[in-house]
Amino acid sequence: MPISALNATQALIRRKLNAGPRRRRKAELLLTRREVTWRERLVILVPYLWMILFFLMPFLIIFKISLSVTEIAIPPYSPIVTFEDGAMQIILHLENYTFIFTDEDGTYMKSYLKSLEVASFSTLLCLFIGYPIAWALSKCRPATRNIMFMLLIMPSWTSFVVRIYAWMALLKKDGLINDVLMALGIIDSPIHMLQTDFAVYVGIVYCYLPYMVLPLFTALLKVDYTLIEAAYDLGARPVKTFFSVLVPQTRSGIIAGSMLVFIPALGEYVIPELLGGKGSILIGRILWQEFFNNRDWPLASAVAIVMLTILAIPIVIFFKSQRKKAEAA
Amino acid sequence: MMKGFLKHHGASNIAKAVILLLALIFLYTPIMTLVVYSFNESKMVTIWTTFSLHWYNVLVHDSAIISALCMSLTIAVMAASASVIIGTMAAFVMVRVRQFAGESAFMLFMTAPMVLPEVITGLALLLLYVTLGDFIPVFADRGIIAIWVAHVTFCSAYATVVIRSRFIELDTSVEEAAKDLGAGPLKVFFAIMLPSLMPAEVAAFLLSFTMSMDDLVITSFIAGPESTTLPMLIFSSIRRGLSPEINALAAIIIFVASIGTFIGWLSMVRKQKRIAADVAKAQAEAKRERESSMLGGLRG
Repeated sequence: MPISALNATQALIRRKLNAGPRRRRKAELLLTRREVTWRERLVILVPYLWMILFFLMPFLIIFKISLSVTEIAIPPYSPIVTFEDGAMQIILHLENYTFIFTDEDGTYMKSYLKSLEVASFSTLLCLFIGYPIAWALSKCRPATRNIMFMLLIMPSWTSFVVRIYAWMALLKKDGLINDVLMALGIIDSPIHMLQTDFAVYVGIVYCYLPYMVLPLFTALLKVDYTLIEAAYDLGARPVKTFFSVLVPQTRSGIIAGSMLVFIPALGEYVIPELLGGKGSILIGRILWQEFFNNRDWPLASAVAIVMLTILAIPIVIFFKSQRKKAEAA
Repeated sequence: MMKGFLKHHGASNIAKAVILLLALIFLYTPIMTLVVYSFNESKMVTIWTTFSLHWYNVLVHDSAIISALCMSLTIAVMAASASVIIGTMAAFVMVRVRQFAGESAFMLFMTAPMVLPEVITGLALLLLYVTLGDFIPVFADRGIIAIWVAHVTFCSAYATVVIRSRFIELDTSVEEAAKDLGAGPLKVFFAIMLPSLMPAEVAAFLLSFTMSMDDLVITSFIAGPESTTLPMLIFSSIRRGLSPEINALAAIIIFVASIGTFIGWLSMVRKQKRIAADVAKAQAEAKRERESSMLGGLRG
């Protein structure tokens, strides 16, 4: 590049540096940008191609199949592109989508709403339970913190199905919880807990709590406690101090933790299947049934595509928060 | 107590202890009960009779469980190895290359598999396999290789996160010195970066291994009729209700996982202590040197 052109670009970049913070960061990165060598290209290519082939492609295919209809054939759906008399025909069916939205019983819409309700409420539960735990953990002395940290994450290294199974045994009619409550004379007859929404919430909180605690804990470790002292000295009440000093400082942890619970909880299948009752028809269960029991692959695909559309916003929020963290580091 | 929640306070210590205690009770009651009842002689899962290892004996003679376990272990080792390789590459790209065309998409691909509901990923992969099956027979019979590919896809996302967080901390000056002394990029990677990355590589391997061993939903979608992994077997069995044999299996899984976590934790703590000791030693030496040079200055 001739020197004059180089100067011109640099001037342009400098001008951008004086623009807003977002643009400035982009411009700063441009200034430090360098050639990517062919070796580095090779290193980029392996994970990139893997993910394009086994992560992006499947979603394009799911979308394609959601636009066909089920047929008794192998594979069990109608082809979208057919050749008839030498002419290519593309037939797109929107039936699956109209069926989801206008089904007479409203099964699909109801289960989407139910899933949203369960996912939101469990996220809040995890936040309310996880925040004090993360706080207590962050305030321990380093040696105690190490041990406590290990104890808190140890159960999540054991199998997911086993943890759900453990709750089945506890929540049963003749399970340990009912036995203890009856022995203590708190209740006269066993409470029906298994196969209720209550059991589903217990299961989700039990399995997803670590995903909430970990980001909160990382955020709480970085909190500047002198600001809290300052707030007190200026006469702020504890509740106000909590919301105006602690919460903003741990925002990144709250966002990351909530998304890590909300997104997978929305499509949860195993927990409502094993702990939930007939009423806990969440969308993950519907998708599973359409696929395995009814063998309606196109409808299952359409259910998945609608679910993905709902999840687009939380996924973008999560992705942005992760990016910010990466840039900060 | 609210005030203590924010400040260092006597009451805050009690609050802290109570919170952690409640959390531990919540986390450990279910799995501990399971372990205790696995030693129950009775066929009835919830009624305690006498202590016995009967169900463990039944378990080790159950050929279906043993073969499912072998299949899960094989896939998990293979998936964890591949995930660590892909994860290291992706972490290198994110930390060292940083700016390239399609970087945003790259980041998205390496993050999204961690959060997406498993039913979606499972269905999507199955449909891919059905489509690819026409050209590549490996995907048509949906056996061990097909499951391995699926596991690598989501495990490598986790491996990337773990390895990246270590990569960020690496000191570039040593690499640059090596480069100045004429080491090629590969030599720099294997002789300098990899040894410092090793703890993260091991952690990533263990995490990927656990994730792969544990996966039920994605595997259920893609596995052909011939392939049954351990979680699939447990799931189909507990759908029919509680069984004492599954209690014994669950207790073994809990035991192995706890030992594994404990060893991992212990080595991590030892390493931290060693680093802290090294830093303290270096600081003490520096101080002594400074003092002696000051003394020397005084003498001179």
